[in-house]
Amino acid sequence: MSNTGINWFKYSSPQAFHLLAGRMIPWFSVVSIGLILIGLYIGFFVAPTDATQGDAYRIIFVHVPAAWMSMFLYVIMAIWAGIGLGLNARPSFMMAQAIAPTGAMFTFLALFTGSMWGKPTWGAWWVWDARLTSELILLFQYIGIILLRSSIDDLRRADRASAVLALVGVVNVPIIYFSVKWWNTLHQGASVSITAAPTMAGTMVTAMLVMMFGFWMYSIAVTLARVRCVIADRERLPSWGKQASMADVAEAR
Amino acid sequence: MQWGSLSDFFAMGGYGLYVWTSFGAAALCMGGEVLLLWRRSAAAAGNHDGE
Repeated sequence: MSNTGINWFKYSSPQAFHLLAGRMIPWFSVVSIGLILIGLYIGFFVAPTDATQGDAYRIIFVHVPAAWMSMFLYVIMAIWAGIGLGLNARPSFMMAQAIAPTGAMFTFLALFTGSMWGKPTWGAWWVWDARLTSELILLFQYIGIILLRSSIDDLRRADRASAVLALVGVVNVPIIYFSVKWWNTLHQGASVSITAAPTMAGTMVTAMLVMMFGFWMYSIAVTLARVRCVIADRERLPSWGKQASMADVAEAR
Repeated sequence: MQWGSLSDFFAMGGYGLYVWTSFGAAALCMGGEVLLLWRRSAAAAGNHDGE
């Protein structure tokens, strides 16, 4: 750690973290916009029409990345919550707090686009299938965590209570992921997995993965932007403007 | 490229309504989130300037 020349522990202070996050947002935003534009181009102009589903399958390019982000962000949120509980570190709780709304948004998007895909291919907007039901529970978990936090006035208690709820709920993520294997679901199995070759055309997979990375970078940018707002709300210090330097912050502290 | 014309592209082989509603919802949700955060951070910066 000493040989990098960077004191990483500096960023365990919300003030330093606020500055660091602000510097990182533009980079992640630019990469995210670029990846999403490339992904949309490949998805709509390079990937061929599906033989069985026609062009309805193109919903996959927003549905699968949103569904992956909904599960991935939950795990990341639970990890920050766990670090927060273990080390009693305020920035970790703030990160968990900042991730929840974006996770909820992607969960809603996965369910919404899924129903847009279900109607033309299954003939139903919604079915009580294991995959759909467990994903709906994930949305309720996100909402529950956000509401629990906002219902407790004492910030330290709110941090710990919502962190415990987030950690307990992480059990649902493998259930969502493996639901298509464990139960006989109407929802199709994984098109792309780490252990097997993809069951889709190469350009389709490329478009989906590029969109996934784009959504990932978007999530990082948005989370960092929100964590800055959270820090500013919770710390209520002067000199949060762009021109604030570490020296100003140290002085204010 | 498989699209003969612009109307072909928007029709999406008859699934245009479902495809464009999905992508529209994604654009609305993600764009809306960015807009809300923009306003929230602008409000936070404004408050601190006023103090």
